[in-house]
Amino acid sequence: MTEWINVILQGVLIGGLYAMFAAGLSLIFGVMRLVNIAHGDLIVLAAYLALLVTQGLGFDPLTSLLLVVPGMALIGYALQRGLLNFTLGDDLLPPLLVTFGLSIIIQNGLLELFTADSRRLQAGPIEIQSFQLGGFFIGVLPLVQFIVAVAVIAGLQLLFYRTPLGRAFRATSDDQSVAQLMGLDTRHVFAMAMALALAVIAVAGVLLAVRANFDPAIGPARLIFGFESVIIGGLGSMWGTLAGGVILGVSQAIGAQINPGWQVLAGHIVFLVVLAVRPQGLFPKVAG
Amino acid sequence: MKVEHATQSSRIGVALALAVVVILALAPFWGARETLRLLAEMFTYVALASLWNLLAGYAGLVSVGQQTFVGLGGYLLFALAMLLGVHPIAAILLAGPISALVSVPVAALIFRLRGAYFAIGTWVVAEVFRLVASQVSVMGGGSGISLPVSIVIAMAPSRQAREFGIYWLALALVVVVLVAIFVLLRSRHGLALTAVRDNELAAESSGIDVTRLKFIVYVLTAFGTGMVGALIFLMKLRISPDTAFSVNDWTAFVIFITVIGGIGRIEGPIIGTIIFFAMRQMLADLGSIYLLMMGAIAIAVMLFAPKGLWGLLAERFGWQALPLQRRLVIVEGTKGKP
Repeated sequence: MTEWINVILQGVLIGGLYAMFAAGLSLIFGVMRLVNIAHGDLIVLAAYLALLVTQGLGFDPLTSLLLVVPGMALIGYALQRGLLNFTLGDDLLPPLLVTFGLSIIIQNGLLELFTADSRRLQAGPIEIQSFQLGGFFIGVLPLVQFIVAVAVIAGLQLLFYRTPLGRAFRATSDDQSVAQLMGLDTRHVFAMAMALALAVIAVAGVLLAVRANFDPAIGPARLIFGFESVIIGGLGSMWGTLAGGVILGVSQAIGAQINPGWQVLAGHIVFLVVLAVRPQGLFPKVAG
Repeated sequence: MKVEHATQSSRIGVALALAVVVILALAPFWGARETLRLLAEMFTYVALASLWNLLAGYAGLVSVGQQTFVGLGGYLLFALAMLLGVHPIAAILLAGPISALVSVPVAALIFRLRGAYFAIGTWVVAEVFRLVASQVSVMGGGSGISLPVSIVIAMAPSRQAREFGIYWLALALVVVVLVAIFVLLRSRHGLALTAVRDNELAAESSGIDVTRLKFIVYVLTAFGTGMVGALIFLMKLRISPDTAFSVNDWTAFVIFITVIGGIGRIEGPIIGTIIFFAMRQMLADLGSIYLLMMGAIAIAVMLFAPKGLWGLLAERFGWQALPLQRRLVIVEGTKGKP
């Protein structure tokens, strides 16, 4: 019994990471109806940026965020203004295919620069620290990651509903042409949304890189985990996304406990079941 | 007045196509072993890209998960041949209907997702198939399995006969796929499909049942893709979950081919395949740089020539290689009559 509770606990904590993968995806889709196929590869890109910063400047992973987050945000802004804005329109094929091409470029670019070797960020003693809570051992690092994830999502929620930028996001999301008529420069709004999404990705990427090995090929699976969290949680709801991530994390943890080969499969199956019985997701955005 | 399909260029196109098929059918008598191999591989890519083009270019179902059916077809070939003793060629033929059957519940699930989310949904399905395949121990689990020599030899005693046989099989399959797509597009449903391609909303309001049409196209595409998949793995003689359900080999390359050649046009995938293989012959030594260039070219084409190379030519010169467009022709003698 304790073993199972422990498994579920680990699943919940990893779910925070998945929710962060999902938050960026959900944000971009919400604002500009773009699904970024390169999302997972950008997470991996952030991990490699952190690797460069930690190795080159001797920063520890947490401090590297100070450079990686603005760096990724900048990349996001430039990417949106320089490339992705030109693909948006009624036809969904161009953005899909362009981001698919981008995904191939990032993967093979990283492969060329860093080889296919597995890497990991060294975070020092925190990696193995844990504390006891009512008979369960909780790793400090997974807990920190989960708290960061909750904070990031709370921050996004605040930004969306309490700031002028958030208002611009929501306005553009509701009706792009009316937003434009009201004097919003949608190209800039889109670019800001992408910058914000990649800033979130940067945090997720660094946390991922501390927690597990990474190589240039793991991006697509991260995209899929993020996507599954979005759909399980329900489109358009940030807290739903967190719940989706947690459900996915727990499903994977339980699957892995039964048979190591079933970890990822169990997550996919839960996703498909949700799609079959509740396609709008578990916690869809309430109207109004 | 009457409706005509053919134009001057399409008459030349059809004659040319027939001539090319005849020349290709005689390839075993003029080509070296490597040429046959390369051509057969090209045929499978023309078939895959044409099927994807039907799905994405016409029906607007942008799937990045067609490797589901390539892999399924491959595994069906191995399972039918090894476990039930079915002749490999019969197994290829069976892979079509079985794949179509499997695609029905898959479609029922992922059709709940719209647009771009549909794309990722198809990918998840492919991953599920890959992960399940790696759990099936009779098929070698995660490390895969080779087709037993006895089955290979039973197909034809000599190596040459086998190679010729597989070559002709590949040629026959691609011709069947292309003709089937052509016939479909020429039919009433094809007209509906072209309407959906051009404007889904307008098509719907003209009385086309868009969802049903998309469903049919999805199942038909699975039928074809499953057969091509079975053939591909008969050529490879070895299958593993990672090669069977590879997103790079069966989706990224296929999308690249279709986009470069011209999406939403039947000629596009053929042109695209020729370009893709020419590039591969020249640049394959570059490894990941080559893939990187491929991604960049696909992005550039999508941005600056979204209708691909054939689209550029067709618009510039009014060409169509196959008589698909419908034109209204005024017939002499009916002029002036109501």
